[in-house]
Amino acid sequence: MEWINILVQGCLLGGLYGLFAIGLSLSFGIMRLVNIAHGDLIVLSAYVALIVVEFTGLDPISGLLVILPTMFLFGYALQRGLLNFTLEGGLLPPLLVTFGISVIIQNGLLLGFGAYTHRLKLGAIETQSIVFPGDMAVGVFPLITFGVAVLSIGGLQLLFYKTTLGRAFRAVSDDADTAELLGINKRHLFALAMAIAMAFTALAAVLFAIRTNFDPGAGPIRLILAFEAVIIGGLGNMWGTLVGGIVLGIAQAVGAALSPTWQILAGHLAFIVILIIRPSGLFPRTRD
Amino acid sequence: MSQVQVERGTRASRIFSVAAIAVLLGLVALPWWGGPGDMRLVAEMSYYLALAMLWNLLAGYAGLVSVGQQAFVGLGAYAFFYLTSALGVHVYGAMALAGPFAGIISIPVAFAVFRLRGHYFAIGTWVVAEIFSLGASLIEELGAGSGMSLTPAIVHQVSANRDGRETIEYWMSLGICAVIFAVVYVILRSRQGLALTAIRDSEPASGSLGVNVFRTKLFIYVATATCTGMVGSLIFLQKLRLSPEAGFSVNDWTVVVIFMVVVGGIGTIEGPIIGMLIYILLRELFSDFGSLYLILMGVIAVAIMLKAPGGVWGLISARYDLHLFPVSRRLMRGDTAVTPDQSENSRNLNSRPTKHTVQ
Repeated sequence: MEWINILVQGCLLGGLYGLFAIGLSLSFGIMRLVNIAHGDLIVLSAYVALIVVEFTGLDPISGLLVILPTMFLFGYALQRGLLNFTLEGGLLPPLLVTFGISVIIQNGLLLGFGAYTHRLKLGAIETQSIVFPGDMAVGVFPLITFGVAVLSIGGLQLLFYKTTLGRAFRAVSDDADTAELLGINKRHLFALAMAIAMAFTALAAVLFAIRTNFDPGAGPIRLILAFEAVIIGGLGNMWGTLVGGIVLGIAQAVGAALSPTWQILAGHLAFIVILIIRPSGLFPRTRD
Repeated sequence: MSQVQVERGTRASRIFSVAAIAVLLGLVALPWWGGPGDMRLVAEMSYYLALAMLWNLLAGYAGLVSVGQQAFVGLGAYAFFYLTSALGVHVYGAMALAGPFAGIISIPVAFAVFRLRGHYFAIGTWVVAEIFSLGASLIEELGAGSGMSLTPAIVHQVSANRDGRETIEYWMSLGICAVIFAVVYVILRSRQGLALTAIRDSEPASGSLGVNVFRTKLFIYVATATCTGMVGSLIFLQKLRLSPEAGFSVNDWTVVVIFMVVVGGIGTIEGPIIGMLIYILLRELFSDFGSLYLILMGVIAVAIMLKAPGGVWGLISARYDLHLFPVSRRLMRGDTAVTPDQSENSRNLNSRPTKHTVQ
C-alpha cells in the first residue's frame, strides 16, 4: 500500500516537472533553441507573480490573468529582440547568450529581492487532501497541478494539429527557410512560440511557487529537471515530456522513500540509465 | 618572389614568444619582488588560465560544449583530499594521481554524455556534475555535506612554514599553467590538432575525409578531464577546505571560465589569455559591486556573442592579421600571405575571411 502511495505522489510531482518542461520543449521543437536560462525564467516568473499578488491583492490563481499576458509579452520581446539574433551562427551563440541571460536574471533578482526565500499563498487548499480507500491521502493541490499539466499539453496538441497557427509552427520547425518562401514570417513566428512558451512557464512557475519556497538561485535545478523530463520523454513529443516528468517524479519519490537525501540523486540516476538504454528517449519524434 | 612556401611562425609570433618567455621568467621570480597578495593573484590567474585553455580546447576545437567541467575539478580535488587524508599518500603523489583519477572516471561519463548532441550535451554534462556533487555529499568517508579539510600535518609536507608553502604553491600554479599551455599547444599542432580543427569546421566533412571523429573527441574529453582534475587538486590544496558545493561549483569552475574564453575569443589559443586578463581586471575593478558586477559580466558576454562572436582576439586578429601562437599553416608568397581566393587551403582558423594584402 505504501508503495502505491509513493507511486501516486511521484506521478503527481511528475505533473509539475512536465509543466516545467513545456517551455523548454517548445523552444527546442520549433526553434532548435536550448534555453539555458529556462530555469531562471521560471524563477523570474515566480517573482513577477509575487509582485502582482502583492500589488493587486489578488490570490495567485486570479493573478494569472495579469501574470500570463505579462510573461507572454516578455517572451515575445525576448525572442524578437535578442534570441532571434543567435539562431544563425551554429551551436555556441544561443547557448552562451542564454547562459548570459541566466546570470543576469539570477543576479538581478538577488539585487532586487535579496537572497530570502519567498512563497505564494493560496490559503487552505494548499494543505487539503482527499482520502482514497485504503487510507491513501492525495493532496488537492498536487492533483490540480497534474490536471493543469494534462490540460496544458492537450491544449498545445490541439493548437499544433488543429489550427492554422499550429501548421505554421510545424512548418518552421521542419524547415524554416522553405516555410519563409511560402510566406511565413519566421521571426514573428519564433517570437510567438517563445511567447507561448513563456506563458506556460509562468503557469508552471505560479503552481511551483505555491507548492515550494523559491529564491533567486532556484533556477538551475529547475532547468535540469525540465531538461531531464524532455530527454526521458523523447525530443519534440509533448505527451512524452509529461511521461518523462512522471518517470522523474516517481524515481524521486522512490529515492526519497529510501532516504530523504536520495530524492534528487535518484531522479538524476534514472535519467542517466534511460539515456544509456534509450539515447533518444522513450517516445522520440523530432530529430535534431 | 613568386615561390609559394608553407609557413607557420610569423615575425610577430617569434617576437612574441621571446616576450612571453621573458614575462614567464619575471613571474617565476615574483616571490623576490612581489608580496604575498601578488602571488595569490597570479596563482589564481594561472589556474583560471589553465581551466580556460582546457575548456577552449574542448568547446572551441572539439565542439564539445561542456557545462560540466566542474565535475572534474571536484573529482580531482576529492581524490587529492581522500588520498592524503584517509590513505596517507604524500601530497605530491596524491596530486600526481588526482588527474589520472578524474581522467579514468571521464571515460564512462563520455560514453553516456556523448549520446547527447549539441546543446543537450551541454546540459547532460551539467547533470553528471550534479550527480557527482550529490554523490559526494552522501558519502561519509568524504565528509558528506560538510566536506573535508587538510590537516596541518599534510600541509606541512609542502613546507613547514607559511611563506615557503605559499611560494611553492605559487610556483606549482605557474608550472601547471605552463605545462597545460604546452600540452594544448602541442596537441593543436599535432595530427590530432589538425583533425580537431577539421572537426570544428565540419564534423561530417572531416569524418568523410577519414578523421575518426568519435575517437578524437574521446581523446580530447579524457585529456581535458585529466588536466582539469590536476588543476582541481592544486586549487584545493591552496584553499585547504573542500565541500561538495565548492568543489563542484558550476559558477566558479565553469561559468567564469566560459566567460573568459568567449570574451577573449573561442577557438583560438590567444583568446583564453586575453579573456582571463579581462575577467581579472573587471573583477579587481568592480567586484565590490556584488550582483551588479555579475550582471555586467552577463551583459558583456551576451553583447560579445551577438556583436563579435570571435571575441576580443577575433577582432584584433581580423584587423591586423596577427598570430601570436600559430597553429595553422599559411601559404606565403614572399612576405605576404596568399589570400583564400588564391588557395582553398589557407582558410584561416576563425573561418572568417581575414584581410590580406595582395601583391
